[in-house]
Amino acid sequence: MRIALVVNREPHEADVWEGESLLFALRERLGLPGSKNACEQGECGSCSVLLDGRLVCACLVLAVQADGHEVITVEGLGDGDQLHRVQEAFLEAGAVQCGFCTPGLVVATVDLLERVPQPSDDEIREALAGNLCRCTGYAKIFDAVRLAAGIQP
Amino acid sequence: MGDGTVPRMHQRRATTTAPARPELELGRVVPAERRLDGVPKVTGQFAYASDLSAAGMLWGHTLRSPHAHARIRALDLSQALAQPGVHAVLTHEDVPGQKRYGLEFADQPVLAFDRVRYYGEPVALVAAEHPEQARRAAARIRVEYEPLEPVADAPRATELPPIHDHRWTHGHGYLDDPRPNVVRSLVIRHGDPDAGGDVSVAGVYELGMQDQAFLGPESGLAVPDGDGGVDIYVATQWLHVDRDQVAPCLGLRPEQVRLHLAGVGGSFGGREDLSMQIHAALLALRTNRPVKMVYSREESFVGHVHRHPARIEAEHRADRDGRLVCVRMRIVLDGGAYASSSAAVTSNAACFACGPYAVANALIEATSVYTNNPPCGAMRGFGAVQTCFAAEAQMDKLAAALAVDPIELRLRNALAPGDTLPTGQRVSGSLPVAEVIRRCAELPLPEPEELPRDAIRLPGGAGNTTRGEGVRRGVGFALGFKNLCFSEGFDDYCAARVRLFENAGGELVAEVHCAAAEVGQGVTNVIAQVARTELGTENVVLAPHTTATVDSAGSSSASRMTWMAAGAIRLACRAAREELERRGGALAGGEIGVERVYRHPRTWPLDPDTGQITGERAHVAFACAAMRVVVEVDAELGLTRVVWIGAAQDVGRALNPQAVEGQIEGGTAQGLGLALMEEISTRGGLIDNASFTDYLIPTALDVPPVESVLVEDPEPDAPYGVKGVGEPPTVVSTAAIASALRDATGRELARVPVRPDDVVGL
Ligand code: FES
Ligand code: FES
Repeated sequence: MRIALVVNREPHEADVWEGESLLFALRERLGLPGSKNACEQGECGSCSVLLDGRLVCACLVLAVQADGHEVITVEGLGDGDQLHRVQEAFLEAGAVQCGFCTPGLVVATVDLLERVPQPSDDEIREALAGNLCRCTGYAKIFDAVRLAAGIQP
Repeated sequence: MGDGTVPRMHQRRATTTAPARPELELGRVVPAERRLDGVPKVTGQFAYASDLSAAGMLWGHTLRSPHAHARIRALDLSQALAQPGVHAVLTHEDVPGQKRYGLEFADQPVLAFDRVRYYGEPVALVAAEHPEQARRAAARIRVEYEPLEPVADAPRATELPPIHDHRWTHGHGYLDDPRPNVVRSLVIRHGDPDAGGDVSVAGVYELGMQDQAFLGPESGLAVPDGDGGVDIYVATQWLHVDRDQVAPCLGLRPEQVRLHLAGVGGSFGGREDLSMQIHAALLALRTNRPVKMVYSREESFVGHVHRHPARIEAEHRADRDGRLVCVRMRIVLDGGAYASSSAAVTSNAACFACGPYAVANALIEATSVYTNNPPCGAMRGFGAVQTCFAAEAQMDKLAAALAVDPIELRLRNALAPGDTLPTGQRVSGSLPVAEVIRRCAELPLPEPEELPRDAIRLPGGAGNTTRGEGVRRGVGFALGFKNLCFSEGFDDYCAARVRLFENAGGELVAEVHCAAAEVGQGVTNVIAQVARTELGTENVVLAPHTTATVDSAGSSSASRMTWMAAGAIRLACRAAREELERRGGALAGGEIGVERVYRHPRTWPLDPDTGQITGERAHVAFACAAMRVVVEVDAELGLTRVVWIGAAQDVGRALNPQAVEGQIEGGTAQGLGLALMEEISTRGGLIDNASFTDYLIPTALDVPPVESVLVEDPEPDAPYGVKGVGEPPTVVSTAAIASALRDATGRELARVPVRPDDVVGL
């Protein structure tokens, strides 16, 4: 099947199998492997993208369901060479180790701060509970979120 | 950053202490900067192994055994070969070289023949145009199995029929143990193992099988070079040891097989053994097309080795003053179907069984066995996790029996440089155990939190429907240590190559080659920091990590890579600088290339009969950590919450304090997982929870704040005084959390992960 969608503000078309996920289409058909594939079962959040501005697991959305819709992935957050402030904060806080969780967490954090510009610690934990990280123990990820939100410790 | 809109990072909670031995002139490296791979990682540009692609690429898929133990009667590939898009279907008959491989012993078939010995064992391979075509074709391969009785109960394995016809680990300088299914037995006899004390405590402890659960699934891309050789781009921990296992199975010379490091999505020991490397190469060489393989999460759970489940019987004897007189332990480790690194894990479990305490007498018996359970091997902490859990529970029991404060009891027995370990080795380097205990104990505990409060901060979180009336608080403490680098006579080295040249602007540039695997720990930053320090230039370029241009770096494991890479880079840089000076300080259009190999101080094997050292040392160096934990439990609902963790760790010298804290926080979280939730559940050898839905790892809701103290006491034998820091927090945190849960519940909790039923006492 042929689908047409807007990814990171650019129109794209792709031929996909009907069973293919949006994640597979992004990674393998559109050359955007930034969204990650740690479980492909909706459990880890490493594939988080914004679909029409809503945070979704791209592994749980069929590629055909995204036909005619708009997707923002981690590759589309910055402005040219300028990092998004959430990306900056992840670097500054040391929230990146292997980095496999990072694209999903960065997208999820962007979504959180859009909805709740000054989240409490509990709100941060709750919002990011669907994004697994195996390396950092989350402490520096929380630091990064607070940093991006301009929350003084 | 620092543009005014975003505040600078707040002062970290972590503190460091001044070196205890300032007379050691070890030199400081230039300060760390942000992660060198940081920008690509936050923008999605970093190429992990699963992100690779090549023109004309096919997808590989592995058909795996649905049985834990079965005889293969027949294989029929005809239907699979007839599927659309399929380019190759391979079995063991298509392995041109050695049919078996292995990290330490080549006991594992590349593709099963005659028998399968574990659930998920690779049987056949398919390459097809689309991954779904490959999966569907694999499902059409007919395998006729004759199921056999699995050996599933590790403590009984030595009485059951052997699962291997050959004794693969026999004759490698280990204790001659004639029982069936033994991978390795090690007995450490120290002093008088029958020495009695005034007080004795005993217990039987068990640990479930933990999974590394790195987020980046096993993946790689094999590209035929058109000349009979192959390039393999893969996420691994040790490129050269992969090459040395892959080449013989392909029937190729080592230089025909080039391993290149692709982005690694975490490893934690789970990438020490091969996964898809030989398989993808076989398919690529057969089809003459690039072949990519990416494991699903379910496949990843059977695609790598796990942490050994253990059963440990322990007895601790002490005098009235609480000084340890004798420790006796019997340890059984379930190695699963193939040896992997079980022999070394056995040794580690035994050598660190007593903990960082001075013990005059000990009898430690450790055995790893073959079973038809999933193969077990390396995972962060490597044997020391299991015995730390038992030993620290015993120390708490001893403290209770003697009515001594548990921290005080540990201080009274703390090991110090100059003391002798149960193997007879004298601690000659840095090991500030008492200091680590004190610094951890000094951390103020958080005040108990008021009730009522948001359910997110109750045990069990939103799943707790009470108002917190059943909440009880507990405080625990634990101490642990382990070795750094490879041990027991292993020739452990790291190579580095430096090329000095002038760029177009006439500036000196250093190109640094080192095959050290960056697995997320940040070793690339260490390499760059050391090169900048030694060469006094900012113009340092890191070449790709590959077997093609430089000798082995050894493994990114055993808390060794920072030490070894720093040693090798320093040697190579100094040699390059000397050469530059010899040339009068200028290259004059030429260039300098030097390769150097760094070795840490030599180690010797343990005596197979006594477990005593046969030379100066069996281990190079040690690192310890202490942890204090506050938990809350709802003793009626069986729910738990870890409220706070305070850690003090012996880090030698922290080259990059933020990264060291990251290792402590992450390592602690993995230990928390083993304490509370992580266990690969098997029935008759079959895994029944191979997904993140059923195998739970800690989330942002489960991990508490970790306050860390970095205790800096430089290691005299290591470059710049560094120590590896990845493993000690994982060694100790499971034990510390269990200790706090015991305090809160009053129950023995002798098995981890602790289940709700155990908390309630069902
Ligand atoms: S890959 Fe989509 S949630 Fe894990
Ligand atoms: S940094 Fe490795 S999974 Fe988060």
